Amino acid sequence: MTLTDWNPILGRLTLQSLDPLKAVFDPTVNNFIASGAADAVVVGALLGVVLMTKYRLWKPLWNNWLTTVDHKRIGVMYIVLALVMLVRGVVEAVLMRAQQADGLHGGFLSADHFAQLFSTHGTIMIFFMAMPFLTGLINIVVPLQIGARDVSFPMLNSVSLGLTVAGAALVMISLVLGDFSTGGWTGYPPYTEAAFQPGVGPDYWIWSLGIAGLGSTLTGLNFIVTIYKERAPGMKFMHMPMFTWTALCTAILLVFAMPPLTVCAVMLALDRYAGFHFFTNALGGNMMNFANMLWLFGHPEVYILILPAFGVFSEIVSTFSGKRIYGYASLVLATMCIAVLSFTVWLHHFFTMGQDADVNAAFGIATMLIGIPTGVKIFDWLATIYRGRLQFTVPMVYMLSFMMLFVIGGLTGIILANPTVDFQVHNTLFLVAHFHNMLIPGLLFGMLAGYNYWFPKVFGFRLNEKWGHVSAYSWTIGFVLAFFPLYAVGLMGMTRRTVSYTNPAFQPWFQIALAGGFFVLFALFSMGMQLYVSIRDRDLLEAGADDPWNARTLEWATPSPVPAYNFAIVPTVDSRDAYAMAKASGAAYMSPARFNNIHLPGKTSLGVVTAVGGTALGFGLVWHMWWLAILSLVLVVAAFLARTFTEDEGVTIPSGIARRDFDAWMKRIRPEGWSDDTAPEMPGLETAQPMEHAE
Amino acid sequence: MRGRAGPVRAISNFKRRTLGLAALVAALPAVACAGDGTSFLEPAGPIAALQKFHLIQITLISLIVVLPVLVLVPLLAWRYRASNTSARYMPDWDFSHALEYVMWLVPVAVVAVLSVYLWIDTHKLDPYKQIASAQKPLQVEVVGLDWKWLFIYPEFHIATVGQMAFPKDRPVALKLTSDTVMQSFMVSALGGQIYDMPGMVTKLNLQADRVGSFHGVNTQFTGDGFQDQTFTAMSMTNKDFDAWVAKVQKDGIALNEASYRVLGHRSTPDQVHATLGTPQMPQQVVYFNDVPSGFFNKVVMKYTSGKAIPATRQPGAVAYGQAPVGE
Repeated sequence: MTLTDWNPILGRLTLQSLDPLKAVFDPTVNNFIASGAADAVVVGALLGVVLMTKYRLWKPLWNNWLTTVDHKRIGVMYIVLALVMLVRGVVEAVLMRAQQADGLHGGFLSADHFAQLFSTHGTIMIFFMAMPFLTGLINIVVPLQIGARDVSFPMLNSVSLGLTVAGAALVMISLVLGDFSTGGWTGYPPYTEAAFQPGVGPDYWIWSLGIAGLGSTLTGLNFIVTIYKERAPGMKFMHMPMFTWTALCTAILLVFAMPPLTVCAVMLALDRYAGFHFFTNALGGNMMNFANMLWLFGHPEVYILILPAFGVFSEIVSTFSGKRIYGYASLVLATMCIAVLSFTVWLHHFFTMGQDADVNAAFGIATMLIGIPTGVKIFDWLATIYRGRLQFTVPMVYMLSFMMLFVIGGLTGIILANPTVDFQVHNTLFLVAHFHNMLIPGLLFGMLAGYNYWFPKVFGFRLNEKWGHVSAYSWTIGFVLAFFPLYAVGLMGMTRRTVSYTNPAFQPWFQIALAGGFFVLFALFSMGMQLYVSIRDRDLLEAGADDPWNARTLEWATPSPVPAYNFAIVPTVDSRDAYAMAKASGAAYMSPARFNNIHLPGKTSLGVVTAVGGTALGFGLVWHMWWLAILSLVLVVAAFLARTFTEDEGVTIPSGIARRDFDAWMKRIRPEGWSDDTAPEMPGLETAQPMEHAE
Repeated sequence: MRGRAGPVRAISNFKRRTLGLAALVAALPAVACAGDGTSFLEPAGPIAALQKFHLIQITLISLIVVLPVLVLVPLLAWRYRASNTSARYMPDWDFSHALEYVMWLVPVAVVAVLSVYLWIDTHKLDPYKQIASAQKPLQVEVVGLDWKWLFIYPEFHIATVGQMAFPKDRPVALKLTSDTVMQSFMVSALGGQIYDMPGMVTKLNLQADRVGSFHGVNTQFTGDGFQDQTFTAMSMTNKDFDAWVAKVQKDGIALNEASYRVLGHRSTPDQVHATLGTPQMPQQVVYFNDVPSGFFNKVVMKYTSGKAIPATRQPGAVAYGQAPVGE
């Protein structure tokens, strides 16, 4: 870029940067797709604004959602973001599958467009689908599971969400203005250095995950403190539900793993913006440092993503087997082992960089070691099903699929851990198939299981079982069809990130994979239908939503939807499965002697300020609009400083309201004929299951 | 499925027939029809043959842990379904010492066995290790450029783009670097890949044990022409190789600053052939002669001069070859 292209107001933004006009300048199929996507974002955003205005929803949105510090609402917003980004990620995936199905000697997408697709797909799915989804579930569930009224730092929680939204917004803006990086989600320099990609692409990548990464670090800190300090009286570490354990491990990993990512992104930014030479070819720059730092984040990141899903599976397998979880101590130990080992294996992402056999062998063995605690977890879940009464609910279907598919991914992981074979399959579609095999069953199925499982707790009505089953089966079939063929073409030597190929033997496999892509699209459609049907029939689905699965942990010891203050009386805990114990002893249906006023933190607009300011800061930096970058940074910092001078009065919930809500809830859940003096026999599993099954 | 029925194939066939359960292994025959020379599933040399053998060996050993899960999940889920009230129900049972030992020790044992194999095999197949042979290895120096490889034969003062020829049964010792972004060099049918990076030299040792043409690729994405960065690795008899060297020497053009500058631009082998090729050179191929001694080293060392290299002089950069502009 030369100085002449730069405008003090618009930076390097020009008419040609407008993606909606691409098809006008050069009408090709490729450009119609690019412009269509850009138009979809613009039209979608406008439609949202119009509808919000028409139904006068701006004020409730502002008061009840954007400025709230309620961990459950923040969690819901994270998950809404995750689902929106999931749609974009899946659409991109199907486009790539379609291109490769048609990719013998060509295809319909340009190489550059394809490269942007795999870069945004990876970036979005990891940072703006998976991370928000698990952060959302942790937000909703963990404070409830430990019997807390909120997280330790509610305002910080809102700010973290704001940072995540800002990162996601930058990726969405890249669809409309300018190009995204073509360097993949890993962004390896020197290919992402200014000499090779002088445009805005890598800058979008740097700032979107730099800003969002900061949010994740803060979330990690928030939940470590919350889990250490906010547990209900009597809840020892070994009383914590498994999901809380995995959330704790994930939070610890976030704090240690995110900084290397932030640092290497900022170092790359210094190379690109200020002429530094951290990763350039000459003057002492060395891209191997980037690879090490990226994967020092990247491998723990895999477990950041998967551990919470393991936690979800531990909860649901116990609940739907109607049984205590098998080998709780083993599971805790295995989780901790995985968390620690995850920092010892990063080098297996580049066995092929030329280090000697001792180093490769050491990291290969360390990698296989992770298989041990992971295997133990699978066996623990199997032992939980053993001698249980298993109900084939939607979350359970996801879990059974997960267990079958995940061990196959584990097998290919062991294969990849062996440097001798990795030298062959590294950077091929075999690798792509492997990590999708880990992340779709391992992470996404866990998140979707959690979404189905905890939805009634948050909204007060269950999700439709029929459409839930349809989507669970479609996801499973779609995954198998889309990714098992990639193992095959990978072994046949098809490299990843390749827009077209010349070997006709690849094509049938890609056509099967495309069919899998359509199943996944249908799964997405079924999830939409499930939500629509459930909202339509919510009156019917309200029955028993306080505790629809006869669950075992404290989050169910609350009315659904959970009031802002969570617990009218903070529970006292003296064992695991606290709510199952309380139900068995009858303590769950006792009215407390007295209710107290409840104090809650007040609203804050700092989250919104962070989201808007963060987006503007990133946008200014990407387009070299220095005035915008400086202005937004100054405003955000000023808002934080101003906040330190104001007193948060908070909100007080009078004891009378707490009592009224509590009594209404008790009326719903108490077994027939209950009185506080005579606790009757506990109802068995059957009577406590008001839900219908599709089986 | 064609190709030799070598000892490795025989072993895999035997195990496949006996165990025949792993989806992956079962899929190998179908996958192996990829066509000659594209994959290590049809190995053409000792390294690739061992890699294929390891793939099958690791798969079979790991199945000790994987298979029970694949069998037990549907079995237990069905047996202990809620509607089956005849199955035993023990809602408070949550621990067994015996089971615990099995759960931890079986995976530990499997990983221990795999680790021993891994340690030995990783050292045996270290890509830097020279392949034991009665013949002196053929030295080839590889420079990665966007989007083509330059193969330099220092012994003969020749170089090629798009073709890498070598005699069969003679080890080939490759030294690799990049004069652009990082790339990864692989001829799957012969052996694994290795990164090549600017300012650094990596090594790879390969050998073919039959005559044939094998597909060579860059596996690391490097931009728009990435998928065209392929070449043919040609294993031939000694006599044919000598003839090939003579032909390159005769038909080649000089490799000098001017011709290398053409290679430095972002272009596919096809485009390079269109610019530099002569009718005597095959399609997508360019032959060079008069390669100065130390050419490869010069490419490596230019990044360690202690001076920044502006984009206009950085091969592969967007601005490469443009007149320098005032910053």
